Amino acid sequence: MLKKILSIILLSMFVFGLNAQEHGSHESPNGDESHDSHHAFDPAESAFHHISNHNVYSIGPWNIPLPCILYAPEEGWSMFMSGVFEPSAEHHGTGHKAYKKYVLDKGIVKHVADPSFPSEEVEIEDVVTREEMVDGKKKDVSYVKYNGKEYKLDSKSTMDGGVFGGGITSFYDFSITKNVAGMMLVALFLMWVFIRVARTYKEREGKAPKGIQNFLEPLFLFIQDEVTKPFLGDKWEKYNPFLMTLFFFILGLNLFGQIPFFGGSNITGNLAVTMVLAIVTFFVVNLNGNKNYWEHVLWMPGVPAWVKTILTPVEIMSMFIKPMTLMLRLFANIVAGHIVIAIFIGLIFVFGKSGQLVGASYGTSIVSMLLAMFMMSLEILVAFVQAYVFTILTASYLSAATEEAHH
Amino acid sequence: MIFLLDFNPIKPDFGLFFWSLLTFLIFWIVMAKFAFRPIANALKKRAAHIQDALDASKKARQEMEKLKSENEKLLEEARKERATILQEAKEQSNSIINEARDKAKSEANKIVENAKLEIEKEKLTAIKAVKQNVGLIAVDLTEKLLGKQLDSKEEQVKFVQAQIDKLHLN
Repeated sequence: MLKKILSIILLSMFVFGLNAQEHGSHESPNGDESHDSHHAFDPAESAFHHISNHNVYSIGPWNIPLPCILYAPEEGWSMFMSGVFEPSAEHHGTGHKAYKKYVLDKGIVKHVADPSFPSEEVEIEDVVTREEMVDGKKKDVSYVKYNGKEYKLDSKSTMDGGVFGGGITSFYDFSITKNVAGMMLVALFLMWVFIRVARTYKEREGKAPKGIQNFLEPLFLFIQDEVTKPFLGDKWEKYNPFLMTLFFFILGLNLFGQIPFFGGSNITGNLAVTMVLAIVTFFVVNLNGNKNYWEHVLWMPGVPAWVKTILTPVEIMSMFIKPMTLMLRLFANIVAGHIVIAIFIGLIFVFGKSGQLVGASYGTSIVSMLLAMFMMSLEILVAFVQAYVFTILTASYLSAATEEAHH
Repeated sequence: MIFLLDFNPIKPDFGLFFWSLLTFLIFWIVMAKFAFRPIANALKKRAAHIQDALDASKKARQEMEKLKSENEKLLEEARKERATILQEAKEQSNSIINEARDKAKSEANKIVENAKLEIEKEKLTAIKAVKQNVGLIAVDLTEKLLGKQLDSKEEQVKFVQAQIDKLHLN
């Protein structure tokens, strides 16, 4: 046991060490013209970059190309691998080439809306980002330099409607991004494991659990006996698969994001993913809502009419707020964990002045590693807790929606 | 705030939304059909199986306990019976011995009594004989002493005899 713990600690030290080296060597000039090799390190920028979704899967110095499926209303669909951009390891996956008017900026595909930009594969000079005033608001805008001319780059369309700086732009990105690839990997892995375990249950009927069964059975029984059954009573069998799916999907993705040196995918810390989970939960809860539930939402029985006029809007609002809190809670918890770990690692470069002070780097790296290790163990706990919380809250909403009248 | 441009976790994009939804729905369907339902059923079956086994073992234990207590009862009874039998045997043997002793005692007494009677009879016979002879001896002795035969020896004998008979020899 002690030996195992020691080897895990050593392994994580090694992994963090490698990550640290990687950062030290390619913390790059970020858009500014002066190609100074000792550009000031910005831990926040680095952290935000590392928890973002990308069109390449970077592990260490390697950028694994991913399929790009892009749609621009003016040009139609384009499909290609992100390898055509020839992403550089030094610039965090900024492409050396533009393809079909698309450019890879720090691992993220962007589009040139300008019709004068060539639509074939061309060599580009650089990608820069500047702060500009757009419609009276300060906004970051990135430009691609080609043939001595700067072309404005559009980020992909997002669903936040401009609240977080996104909105509908000149193209839509349906690519298999890093998060999508990670999610598919996790889903396939879980399917493989669980189907094998299910087969083992069939083959070893009436026998004690064995192997991976021993690991999954307590989790499965915990959700079944502590979440599904207490909340849903005799209807538990109908909703058990959905709650199990939620729990293991979220848990799998949370834990996948904690694997060091494996991309550190921040999948459940992405609003799109938690939004999907929340929307599915919203539909499952409300489509299963019985007469009693709708009565309580729309016209609360047993209260005076004037109270009902206040209660009904509140109840209808809470119908939407519930899934929204599910979405934000999971997102915020996972994103916070990832940012904290990334910043602890970033401390090495802050104190080491991006490699200028080697001694300080080494000194800080020990402290940072210990802090990051502590955070990671905490994050493993958070991974379980958040998966559990999402599931138990969904179970409670489902229970409220399917409860029979009893007064 | 240059980094915010590419900070996309808070900007839900259509692609990730679409793929997440697709992946989640497929995952849900596949897992529900091929993993979660079969596992839940297997666990239910196993729980029932274990419950049955536990119940059966409990029943067997109860039966065994019953048998054991019955055995104990039987044993206790046997023990009691043995004790009473022993007691009875002891009493019987005692009474037999006592009886025998009493019988022997009375027998012995009877024998002694008989012997005493016999002795008394013998003694009387012997005394009678002695008395008879003593007359003769006395006459003889007297003849010898007188040196002559007494007349009517028979008369003399008769006389002496009568005298002797009057004597109480005891």
